[in-house]
This record gives sequence, C-alpha cells and structure tokens, in this order.
Amino acid sequence: MKDITENGPPRTTPIQSATFSQNVNAEIRRAAATGIYDIRGGGAKRKLPHFDDLLFLGASMSRYPLEGYREKCETSVTLGTRFAAKPIQLDIPITIAGMSFGALSGPAKEALGRGATLAGTSTTTGDGGMTQEERGHSNKLVYQYLPSRYGMNPDDLRRADAIEVVVGQGAKPGGGGMLLGQKISDRVAEMRNLPKGIDQRSACRHPDWTGPDDLEIKILELREITSWKVPIYIKVGGARPYFDTTLAVKAGADVVVLDGMQGGTAATQDVFIEHVGQPILACIREAVRALQDLGMHREVQLIVSGGVRTGADVAKCMALGADAVAIGTAALIALGDNDPRWEDDYQKLGTTAGAYDDWHEGQDPAGITTQDPELMARFDPIEGGRRLNNYLKVMALEAQTIARACGKNHLHNLEPEDLCALTLEAAAMAKIPLAGTDWYPGKPGTGY
Amino acid sequence: MQTIDLEAQGLRHLNATLHAQAQETNQTSWEIVNPRGSHAIACGLDAPIEVAVKGSTGYYCAGMNKQATVHVQGSAGPGVAENMMSGTVIIDGDASQYAGATGHGGTLVVKGNASSRCGISMKGIDIVVHGNVGHMSAFMAQSGNLVVCGNAGDALGDSIYEARLFVRGSVKSLGADCIEKEMRPEHLEILADLLERGGSDAKPEEFKRYGSARKLYNFNIDNAY
Repeated sequence: MKDITENGPPRTTPIQSATFSQNVNAEIRRAAATGIYDIRGGGAKRKLPHFDDLLFLGASMSRYPLEGYREKCETSVTLGTRFAAKPIQLDIPITIAGMSFGALSGPAKEALGRGATLAGTSTTTGDGGMTQEERGHSNKLVYQYLPSRYGMNPDDLRRADAIEVVVGQGAKPGGGGMLLGQKISDRVAEMRNLPKGIDQRSACRHPDWTGPDDLEIKILELREITSWKVPIYIKVGGARPYFDTTLAVKAGADVVVLDGMQGGTAATQDVFIEHVGQPILACIREAVRALQDLGMHREVQLIVSGGVRTGADVAKCMALGADAVAIGTAALIALGDNDPRWEDDYQKLGTTAGAYDDWHEGQDPAGITTQDPELMARFDPIEGGRRLNNYLKVMALEAQTIARACGKNHLHNLEPEDLCALTLEAAAMAKIPLAGTDWYPGKPGTGY
Repeated sequence: MQTIDLEAQGLRHLNATLHAQAQETNQTSWEIVNPRGSHAIACGLDAPIEVAVKGSTGYYCAGMNKQATVHVQGSAGPGVAENMMSGTVIIDGDASQYAGATGHGGTLVVKGNASSRCGISMKGIDIVVHGNVGHMSAFMAQSGNLVVCGNAGDALGDSIYEARLFVRGSVKSLGADCIEKEMRPEHLEILADLLERGGSDAKPEEFKRYGSARKLYNFNIDNAY
C-alpha cells in the first residue's frame, strides 16, 4: 500500500517486440514515407549458420600433425583442367570475386589486380567490361560474361585468362543488377553504351540463351572464339546447389563458382539480399555431392564464396570439398572500405563505419565504391594492393596452420572428417557431426 | 574462293582457319558447304573477308563478328550475329530468336522474318528485317537501329533506351516506356540509308518511328510496373 502511495501502482517494464523490433519499425516508417523499397549494397546481414559454427578437430592419437612452421603444406590450385588448353595456376586458393568497374572506381579495380597478382592469384572483372588498368595490373584476370553484356567484346574475351559465365550471384539469385545514375560518369557511360546519369539496369537473365541446353551451345561458341584455350567458369547463386552444379557440368563448365547469400552485391533491394538464396554453408556439400555423383569432383573445380573472411573459413571450405574460394566484401575491407578512419564522414551520411552499405549512391568516404574524383583521390591503388596482398597472405598462412594441425600437406587434403559442428543447424547443413557425437540430422542410416 | 566442307573437316578446323586470316590476306573469299544447321559457324571472325555459308546454320552463326561479311544462304538459328562489333551479316531466309542480340556495330540483314527478341539489348548494331519480327524485339535496346519492313509482335521496345525502331507494318503492342515518335527529316535520311544497305526497296515514308519515352531512366516508384 505504501508503494502505491509514494510511487504509483507497479508497472511492467517496457518490452520491445521481437517481431516488431526497432529496426523493423524503422523500415516500416521509411517505406511509408518514401514509397520505395530499400536499396543497398553488400550481402545478407542477418545472423546465419556459417563457418563459425564449425570447428576443426586437429590431430590426436589417430591423426599425425605436421610441424607448424617447417613442414611443407601446399596451397596451390589449378583451375580449368577439364577442357582448357591453358588452365589457371594459382599459388593460393583464394581468388578475388567479380566486381564491376562502375560499382568500384578504376583505382580500386587496379588495387585488386595489384594485390591479387602479388599474392599469386586471380581477380575478376564485373558488369561493365574490362578496363585497361585492371588488365594491366592483373597477372591472371577472369572475364565475366554477364546478361547485360555491357562492354562485352571479343578482343577483351581473348585477353582474358578465363571466362566466367554469370548465371546468378548469392546476394540476388534470379535478380539483375542496378547502377544508379550518381555513379554513371562519362567513362562508365561510354563503356556501357548508355546515356550519362541514368539508372542502369542489368538484366537478370542472358539475352541469347535460356537453359542449360542453350548454355552448352553458348559455351561452344565462347570456346571456338577463344580457340579452346581458356577455362570457362559458370557462376551460380546459392539456390539449388545440387541441380545447379549438375547442370553447369552438363553445360560444359570447367569450373563451377557457387556464391552463398552472404556474398555481396553493388546494389539491389534489401528484401532480395535478406530473403532469397541459401547460406553458403548449406550449399557446399550439395555441390560437392553433385560433382561426386558425376565422377567430376576435382576434375571440374569448385570455387565457393559468400562470407569468406579468414584462413579458417578457407580451410573449412577446403575441408567441405571446395577447390578454392572467392572473396569480395573482405577484399574491399582490406582495401579500406568501412574503415573507422572515415567515421566523421560516415556519420554525415547517417551511418557508421562497418555499417555503411549505400555503395550505389557513390558517396563512399573511402573512395572505393565511387566515381567521384575527389573521393577517388582518397584511395591509393598501390597501398591498396599492398594491403590486399598482406591480407591474402595472412589468410593462406592461417589456412596452412590449420591444415598442418590436421596432418595435411596440402589444403586440398583437408576433409569433412577433420570437422565438427557446434549447432544442429550447421551439422544438418554441412553434413558434419555435431560436436561430441558421430551424428548429424539426416545422416544416412540413422532414421532421422 | 576457298571451300571448306564443314561436315568433312569439322567446326574447329573451320573457325581456326578463318581466324587465321590476317588483315592483309589474299584469301578474301570463303565458301562453307554442308553446314547442316551446325552451331557457332564463323564466329569470332576479325578480318575483312567474305564468307558464304551454303545452307542453314544453328546457334550463334557469325557471333561477335568483326569486319567480315558473312552471307548465310539459308536460314539462321538463334543468336545469329550476336554481339557483332562490325562487318555485315546477311541471312537469305529467316532468323530465329535473339538475332543481333547485344550487337555493338555492323549491319545485320534478314531477308525473311526474325523471331522473338530480335535486337535484344542492341548496343549500336543496325538491323534490317525484310519481313516480320516476333515479340519482345528490341528489349532494353540501347543504341543502333532496328528496321522492320513487315510487322512487329508484342511488347516492341520494352524498356528501350536510345535505339531507334522503324516499323512499316503494324505493331501488336509496345513495351514499357516505348512510344511512337515523330519521324523528322533526319530520321527519313537515316532510314533511307539503312534500307539501301539492307537491300530493301521499301520507302522511308511508309514507316513509323518508335523510341524511348525516357520515363524509366531514373528509378521512380511510380514507374515500378
């Protein structure tokens, strides 16, 4: 009675709804005010089952480790051994994913080429074609063959070390691209043969083939034009990895590139990024199973991407059966994207370092995802290349450290038996036993 | 005149031989016999040579052509002259889907009809079709000219950018953001040249011009249909 008199009646603590969270409510208010969906860059931001949900077991009584610093642990990989006269030889199994000139500045593309070349790996063009600085600074350059065919020409096709036919990407399987007018400079407009300043849409499917039967013929044409010299990759988003991989092999791919929903994009609808596609963890084993069922595992190489950040992630991808990985977002961060040194500028844009994802607006304080000359001048491609090389080397060293601890003298010798899963979800998706058990959901012969 | 028997000598031999033609070659005329609907015939050429294909072709004949003149004395399968950069491709019969898709330059002449998506994503190519074109022709067409001496199917010029479309007959329907535009003297002049190059005796005055309303050029929720 006394409490009621002095403090009023007891009240419940205000509780935020888990369903209608502050983020959800803010988005509802934003949509109500503007009438347009949110467009952003990057990949899925929601928490997903990921490589962090797997652990390596390491050596023990039944496994013999290699000495951590002195014994050899190979990292090289050869891509395109199925049909190409000139497969790609990489020193490390970490490649740079396709990102367009247009989405990125010319110096940023140059830095990717510099860093990849120093590290002995490949980089990849993107929508919008091949730039001279990118070709000039990339020892091994993969040329993306995209639905838009912006900047596509047979001379660049023949200057490429490999061709990547892009069917889809993890951030938006089934979706096309978008480059808003703010980033369409004179040079970007000229390369894409479109008026300056307009919002450019990239088609979601190729203009001159529809299914895998057609694609097989398209690949024949590409091989004829390039005299059967270079490998041809097929890139798919993480949608139906078993069937997509099977059909890619049927269509004649030398390499399958599989991109999970954490993989980034320069710009698309947030609802697309967060609600379409599968996490990469759920895709790898299904793709490997498809290759094994066809007798093509290791003959057709598998590159996986979508949220690869560390050497541990690389090693886990190898253990699950991939031949190599690709990084995009992580490479941009290595170059300086979302660096706290630009926090004041991020604040002016209404965001903060680490959360900035409006890459499509062309106002990137780090000068990487922009065509604004003043912002671009903030970015040094030589320093960027050095940083990327350092980062790639660290990833390779980390992966080697783990592989040696598992007794493997090549990253490709890592195997699923080297892993355990921390969660039921990860166990089910990666088909890796739950830690402390020999079981995962769906394991054959277990009945459930 | 050099003759290659495709059936006997194979596709790789054919294309490798044609690719080996240097700019200053004396072997400027080639004849391909027994094409039998094969795919990727004479693709990726890059020399001022003349290639006559004695019969019908499969997919992607003369794909990514530069400089060469390829004359198909029959009909062409899907994607003929796709992504052509320069030169001339002539089809005596009909062309299947995606004729001239994403072409950057050069001239494609189809003396019969062209199927759906003729000139899809064209980027500077000139296409002259003596007959009709199918649905979704000139979808997302960026630049260049598409001349249709007959009729056009559904959704002509959907999401078109700056390409010019000239149609003599009927248009079943126009695609999003494609409208009929005024035919000014400069367009009649352009069209007359295209018709002459395409070997058509149609009169420019008989055509209507279509192009972009430019309402989809910048993202606007009111255009999201």
